[in-house]
Amino acid sequence: MVLSSQKTLEQNALRIRKGIIQAICSNKGGHIGGSLDLADVLSVIYTDFIRIDPQTPKWDNRDFMIISKGHAGPALYSTLALKGVIDYSRLNNLNNPNSLLPGHCDRNKVPGVDATTGSLGQGLSIAVGAALGAKIKDSGQRVFCIIGDGESAEGQIWEAAQFAAHYKLDNIIAFLDWNNMQIDGSVEEVMSIGDPMKKFEAFGWNSTLVKGDDVLAIQKAINFAIESPNKKPTMIVLKTIKGRGAKCIEELPNNHCLGFNDDLKEKVLEELKERAVELDMEEEQWN
Amino acid sequence: MELRYTGGVAEKEPIQIFNETMRELFSEDDKVVYLDADLMGSLKTAQLWKDYPKNVFNCGIQEANMVGVAAGMYLNGFKPYIHSFSPFASRRIFDQVFLSIGYAQKSIRIIGSDAGIMATNNGGTHMSFEDVAMMRTVPNACVADVSDPTMFKALLKLTKDRNGVTYIRTARRNLKDIYMPDEKFEIGKGKLLKDGNDVTIVACGIMVATALEAAKELEKDGISAQVVDVVTIKPLDEDLILACARKTKNIIVCENANILGGLTSAVCELTSAKYPVRVKGIGINDSYGCVGSEDFLRKKYGLTIENIILQVKELLR
Ligand SMILES: Cc1ncc(C[n+]2csc(CCOP(=O)(O)OP(=O)(O)O)c2C)c(N)n1
Ligand SMILES: [Mg+2]
Repeated sequence: MVLSSQKTLEQNALRIRKGIIQAICSNKGGHIGGSLDLADVLSVIYTDFIRIDPQTPKWDNRDFMIISKGHAGPALYSTLALKGVIDYSRLNNLNNPNSLLPGHCDRNKVPGVDATTGSLGQGLSIAVGAALGAKIKDSGQRVFCIIGDGESAEGQIWEAAQFAAHYKLDNIIAFLDWNNMQIDGSVEEVMSIGDPMKKFEAFGWNSTLVKGDDVLAIQKAINFAIESPNKKPTMIVLKTIKGRGAKCIEELPNNHCLGFNDDLKEKVLEELKERAVELDMEEEQWN
Repeated sequence: MELRYTGGVAEKEPIQIFNETMRELFSEDDKVVYLDADLMGSLKTAQLWKDYPKNVFNCGIQEANMVGVAAGMYLNGFKPYIHSFSPFASRRIFDQVFLSIGYAQKSIRIIGSDAGIMATNNGGTHMSFEDVAMMRTVPNACVADVSDPTMFKALLKLTKDRNGVTYIRTARRNLKDIYMPDEKFEIGKGKLLKDGNDVTIVACGIMVATALEAAKELEKDGISAQVVDVVTIKPLDEDLILACARKTKNIIVCENANILGGLTSAVCELTSAKYPVRVKGIGINDSYGCVGSEDFLRKKYGLTIENIILQVKELLR
């Protein structure tokens, strides 16, 4: 397996962030915080690991990606555009009438989306089923899945966790977006999650903690899960910052779902542009 | 009866009504509790949470557990009101509501917000058309679709000591004022909002205001329509609906829900047994929700003044 450099991964993460802003601004608002903070992990998965065919999104033996926190649709859509699965122009239609790009991940409308999510708590079960199917087929397919920390209050997450360990589904590589935020405040004050690493370990999973914007650490963790299967599913806990990638969003007390006026858009794009200079990407379009 | 309907947006949004009514309830009765599942933000109840630490609890994102917790609190004499978006306050928790509360003869009030198309930009995954049908099948349940903020307040208060399952679905915003602030409501009593001779439009929720507008337009074409707000879909005001059936012989039902099992079904079940008349339902026809503005979704699903007029004329032809 050829692994990409830090710079390549960070460049793609920045492109994903730009696409998220494009999509969300097309409808003057949306679930920005929990989309932006996934850009780094999505960049790593889609640049180096997931085996899909952009020309044949429904290829039978593809690896699956299940975004259980369905409100991060814009992050997945932007990634799919980067990979050429959907056209960039589609990002201009988030939630428009007759939309081909619903804000919540929608497998009926958007090629490359494997799970329709939005009712929180259901995605990890779908990932588990897909992984079990791959085991039965003996196809070697892997399943990637991303769950939220607020979402992890749902009992179904833990039903799926138990199931995955029981059936030794080491072809699941899941991520917990541990941004410590949900709608009504911090996860600490609303419904504390405790130590998620220990929890998943107790459920029979491999579990590691990684900084959510450290692309090389994420790469290493995924690579380890792939190279050293031990009959256990893997949970990579990402210590993230909700809204990561744009300080003006990060700093808001609640950035779960925001309205976007031109002013805010300008500010965010300005920050992305600065980052683009650091990453030698200023020749790409930044507004 | 006197109405204050003007077509304008209500003076107080349902969100504001919920907040002020819960405050009143907490001070009247310290056994009243309000549980939410990480959607206080959408009802703007964060301040309530701070002000009433013994009455307000955030359950995090675990709706089914929230119902179980409510069932347990009932054992200690508490009177739970629980809230989530309507799909998560109905289909997501149905067995818990049915068994832990309904069958076990306990009491709960469930507020499902963003009912039907009012989920707008949250889209199909957040859009409940089936909640009315599901909740109607819980024995002795009360099911209401809020048409106006005054009615919302009344329902919250009226059901505090009601036994069994109470399900109140509502929009969070964009309701119209229909009723005078001192209007009195009763569970199982509908309101005849406008008299007429040719057809009865039986409506609930956001469709009541739409029905009033349609009736006004129909008047210009010489069609005299009466308009009923059922207030509670279950128990249904049988006397009122049957009186309307006898008088106009034609009924149009308007609802922001699936007509399968919804108010349309309820009206048909009643009239077909006791006084068969022609009934036509305007509502969601066995389909899933999708994303869009209220305006777009109204057009898509036919929940418009124009469609009511069209359907009335077809029915009367
Ligand atoms: C079953 C269900 N309950 C409630 C909601 C409403 N909701 C959408 S996002 C969200 C908060 C999610 O928090 P978290 O999982 O931590 O996501 P993130 O912080 O990554 O955005 C809530 C309560 C929902 N979509 N589904
Ligand atoms: Mg979170």
